Amino acid sequence: MRTAWLICSKDLRARLRDRSALVVGIIVPLALAFIFNAVFSGAAGGNVVVSLGVVDRDGGPVARTLVHDVLGGIAKTGLIVVHREPDTARAHSLVADGSLAAALIIPAGFSAAVQDNRAVTLQVIGNADAPIRTEVARSIAEAYSSELNRVRLSVATVVGRPGLSGHPTPIQPLVTAATKTIAPVKIRDVSTATKELNNKSFYAAGMAVFFLFFTVGFGVTGLLEERANGTMARLVAAPITRSAILAGKMLTSLILGVFSMGVLVIATSILFGASWGNPLGVGVLVFAAVLAAMGIMAVIATAAKTAEQAGNWQSVAAVILGLLGGTFFPVSRAPGVLGTLTFLTPQAWFLRGLGDLRAGNLSVVWVPALAMLAFAVVAGGVAMIRLPRMTEL
Amino acid sequence: MASDDRVLTCLDLCRRFGDLVAVDGVGFHIDRGEIYGLLGPNGAGKTTTISMIAGLLERDSGEIAVDGQAMTTHSVRAKAAIGYVPQDLAIYPDLSGRENLVFFARLYGMPSSRAKARSKEVLEAIGLADRAGDQTKNYSGGMKRRLNIGIALLHEPRLLILDEPTVGVDPQSRNAILENVRGLSATGVAVLYTTHYMEEAEHLCDRVGIIDHGNLIAEGTRRELVSLVGERDRVSLGASGDLEAAARSLSTVGGVREASATDDGISLVMDDARSHLPEILQQAATAGATIKTVEVTEPDLEAVFLHLTGRALRD
Repeated sequence: MRTAWLICSKDLRARLRDRSALVVGIIVPLALAFIFNAVFSGAAGGNVVVSLGVVDRDGGPVARTLVHDVLGGIAKTGLIVVHREPDTARAHSLVADGSLAAALIIPAGFSAAVQDNRAVTLQVIGNADAPIRTEVARSIAEAYSSELNRVRLSVATVVGRPGLSGHPTPIQPLVTAATKTIAPVKIRDVSTATKELNNKSFYAAGMAVFFLFFTVGFGVTGLLEERANGTMARLVAAPITRSAILAGKMLTSLILGVFSMGVLVIATSILFGASWGNPLGVGVLVFAAVLAAMGIMAVIATAAKTAEQAGNWQSVAAVILGLLGGTFFPVSRAPGVLGTLTFLTPQAWFLRGLGDLRAGNLSVVWVPALAMLAFAVVAGGVAMIRLPRMTEL
Repeated sequence: MASDDRVLTCLDLCRRFGDLVAVDGVGFHIDRGEIYGLLGPNGAGKTTTISMIAGLLERDSGEIAVDGQAMTTHSVRAKAAIGYVPQDLAIYPDLSGRENLVFFARLYGMPSSRAKARSKEVLEAIGLADRAGDQTKNYSGGMKRRLNIGIALLHEPRLLILDEPTVGVDPQSRNAILENVRGLSATGVAVLYTTHYMEEAEHLCDRVGIIDHGNLIAEGTRRELVSLVGERDRVSLGASGDLEAAARSLSTVGGVREASATDDGISLVMDDARSHLPEILQQAATAGATIKTVEVTEPDLEAVFLHLTGRALRD
């Protein structure tokens, strides 16, 4: 163990000196996590606030309800800021120059059409450079439209009942009653709401485990670098066993992996407010992920002839496994085979483990942890058979 | 030599790579303070032989013992007695000279304080003390070569193995390396030195083994090897006067096999010309010749190799 530690500490010193491990293991994943957070959850500038223009060309009661009650209510939550605009042309212009994220155009005759049960269209003008904000505006319009249709359907159902035919029924009380009625069916997605990581945590974890595979690669490819440097001959000629050399390299991978993940967990928690979950559970998942990554990267390195070749192959494997494992986007929600294939990667199990940990107690980490350890045992076992050949000259 | 002076014993070493027999029954020994040269052309089996001795390469058969420790059963102890200088540079470019030395010293089992102290001594010995803290990637080629050798000396080995250490080295560094090797030998270190430079083997080594196609075809001192093939020294005397009489007179001098007058002097074929040279000059003068120039040509290992293999060493 003393010899393994000597080799490991020498490697760590060299890695820190050339900064490669620092860049790949900490700086790049941290930067990418920050960028993804900024793009998808506004981490750089706080929450997304949509500047929504409204052109009310109708002025009727339904339009006023939309502008004052619906949009006004949402504005109070801070999600949108409503700007009344005098006409469509000006709204279009403001959206085009980016002053408004989107504009909602209420056409003339909107209220009358709704009340007469005729088709009518709400127009949303979006900014192509702000697709998420445009989507927010479109969703608000669609939600209001759905609500109107629900009320119209309720009223139509009552008016059209056989017993009431021939008896004129006042519509307005029915509309008022339907509006106050709670929608009969509401979907509450318990599993995804609680088991899925929020954006900040997802991208922090995704980037951390994606780059973990690059980071641990430094240890095993060190064997090929020793051969290229000629120093493998010195190591083998020294009064130490070849297994001590291999142990030193594996220890380097383990320490680099655990250290980079540890730093990323702490840094993303502090800098981005990422929520990783129970520290003990996170520790178990991180350790299992590091072992899985070590096994896979080691078996790839054993097939290579040079450190450069190993680095290239490891990069390809890390990217493919990372994409399939859902480190950039949640593949587990993809339909069909892809949603199943993702669990052929340790990355998917790691992210699932963190999601489960967020929803449940500590015991939920054992399944994903054991799944990752299975990768470590299978790939690492093959690597252990092949690794001794890497110390031959 | 007493048996406890025997540092390296190799018996019947064999190694194949597929159908290629790289080393075939090589055996020799090296005693304390002796410099043994393994001479042969590229591909002759020199590096394969020393790779087996250094424990880098498994042998198919044969025995190796270093400082009394069999490589088969006590490889770690045997390796601890060896200092190995690979043919190519074998240093860490991102570490300083001092860090390289301390790392390898610790790998050879020295405690930290001893490793640092010994590294300092070696740095001074190889003339790198003032650049000890610099990363070796910033060293010149000569400095890297010196460090490459210095690493092998850290643990004060009983046997120093140098695999063609002067290949690609400038003449100044080459001389320094050869001087260092002589100095180490004088302190009792046994040296196994491979080279395909005939001059190095002749001038540096106490004994030389000539290897070709994986076989050790001859070994001994230079003189033993030369006599083995029946080659003799040639002496050309540039002279004037009665050259025929002088030649007849010189033919009676000990060691002289042939003596004949030429157009501008006298030509001799003889044994051990250097030791008989004063007597020859005196005898020639007595016989009436005036000696103007003396040229002694001794048969070299190149000639021996040519005689044994039918090929020049550098073919």
